[in-house]
Amino acid sequence: MFASCADPSTLEGLSWLLCYLTSGKHILFYISIGTVLTLLVITAPAALAFGFGGAMAARSQFAPLRWIGKAYTSMVRGVPDIIFFLFVPIALDQLFEFIRHKAKCPDWDQPIWQGSDFVVCPAAKLPLSTSEQWVHETYGFFMAVLAFAIVFGAFAANVIYGAMNAVPRAQMETAEAYGMSHRQAFRRILVPQMWVYALPGLSNLWMILIKATPLLFVLGVRDIVYWARELGGSKTSAYEYPHPDWRLYYFLALLAFYLIMTSLSERVLRRISARLSKGQATMAGEQQRKAAA
Amino acid sequence: MKKLLIAAAALALTAGLAGAQTVRLGTEGAYPPFNFINDKGEVDGFERELGDELCKRAELTCEWVTNEWDSIIPNLVSGNYDTIIAGMSITEERDKVIDFTQNYYPPASSAYVALKADADIKGGVVAAQTATIQAGHVAESGATLLEYPTPDETIAAVRNGEADAVFADKDYLKPFVEESNGELMFVGEEIQLGGGVGMGLRESDAELKGKFDTAIQAMKDDGTLNTLLKKWFGDETPLF
Repeated sequence: MFASCADPSTLEGLSWLLCYLTSGKHILFYISIGTVLTLLVITAPAALAFGFGGAMAARSQFAPLRWIGKAYTSMVRGVPDIIFFLFVPIALDQLFEFIRHKAKCPDWDQPIWQGSDFVVCPAAKLPLSTSEQWVHETYGFFMAVLAFAIVFGAFAANVIYGAMNAVPRAQMETAEAYGMSHRQAFRRILVPQMWVYALPGLSNLWMILIKATPLLFVLGVRDIVYWARELGGSKTSAYEYPHPDWRLYYFLALLAFYLIMTSLSERVLRRISARLSKGQATMAGEQQRKAAA
Repeated sequence: MKKLLIAAAALALTAGLAGAQTVRLGTEGAYPPFNFINDKGEVDGFERELGDELCKRAELTCEWVTNEWDSIIPNLVSGNYDTIIAGMSITEERDKVIDFTQNYYPPASSAYVALKADADIKGGVVAAQTATIQAGHVAESGATLLEYPTPDETIAAVRNGEADAVFADKDYLKPFVEESNGELMFVGEEIQLGGGVGMGLRESDAELKGKFDTAIQAMKDDGTLNTLLKKWFGDETPLF
């Protein structure tokens, strides 16, 4: 990065460390922090959407939809996360490629499964093998987002389902008495009030999601844990910056990163909770009213 | 007429693809000097240089991909990349699942490294990387096998005393021993395992295998492979 870093073997002490910490590999490490944050920013709303959909399906009066909603939440919640993370990206990837294969290469005469090989025509590959490396990486990243959204969506669905049931029945009866339709009452009364009941559960999920991001590494996305392990391992003189086993220091940095992330979120979640309790007929809402009066 | 058109279109399509075919080379990136991620964050090492040269000779556009050692074969057969070029020894067990080109690295010795000269390599705890021929050998030798996902961790295990010794390719261990200021040392005898290192390909990919086989043979014939071997493994390394 700096001109003085051209030959690291001549450097010593602080200038060596400075060059070491700004090497190309370290820059990738710093960028991977962005990868983790991006994952969180995309996955949280996606999982919430899955959760909301799942909860609505589970409450539906149309039986098949209800079965789908219930099956989704109970199945995903019953399988260990890591198995799901190993299964979803491979299965979805092969499913997508299989569909594209059927659509794009109807003339293909070879079998798709040849022994243990999964072979589709080149045009059906996803992403195409001719595409740039970053396309492959982005595709892998979005498979990871999808896996996270499906798993955390199932947990969120259960939380939201419970929160919807926790809204006092009297509120809905009043809405009906005012002549609102079922849909209107759902949108105007139930949804705005359920968040305050859902928040404790959802904030738990958010914390777990932050701590689950190292699973990215299982999915082949190079996240901060991958880089910490790779950079920390002892390096011989095949590398420009040889050093002994420094994994301890790198893992210590990870520890600090995750603690900062969780303590920041706790602060934000406390604020959201206060905002949501405003004017609600709950204990927190009542306390706010008394304090203001 | 319609069939003719489809055939022509298919031909045009495959011809276009053949011209722009990109071969994705899968490696581990954690096994110096065979392959490692250098300080710029790029794949480097003996296999990087070899792979680039092979692709040039076979007139292929190649792209490097890294993958965990554990899942390197499953990801090859499911088509995430097209070859494995990761210091993988040719063994019968692997040959049942994937195909190998001829070896580009002669059958080499594996060795034990320990902190003490009298380390118990026959009955003690020996560290090796998961799913390697060395791990298989340790399991059969009577010693307790301690497996790790990366080669680096096997050496760390010896240093913090979790294992009595580590068993791995001698060429991988050599720099660690030389640069440890006498802390680490080779113990026991060297053992010959496997049929050398080759490139792994899907069994359904005979055409690509042929191309790489020809290129490797050409490099053996004109001596460029030996020059590369000397450059990365030193002058005493076995040559072709």
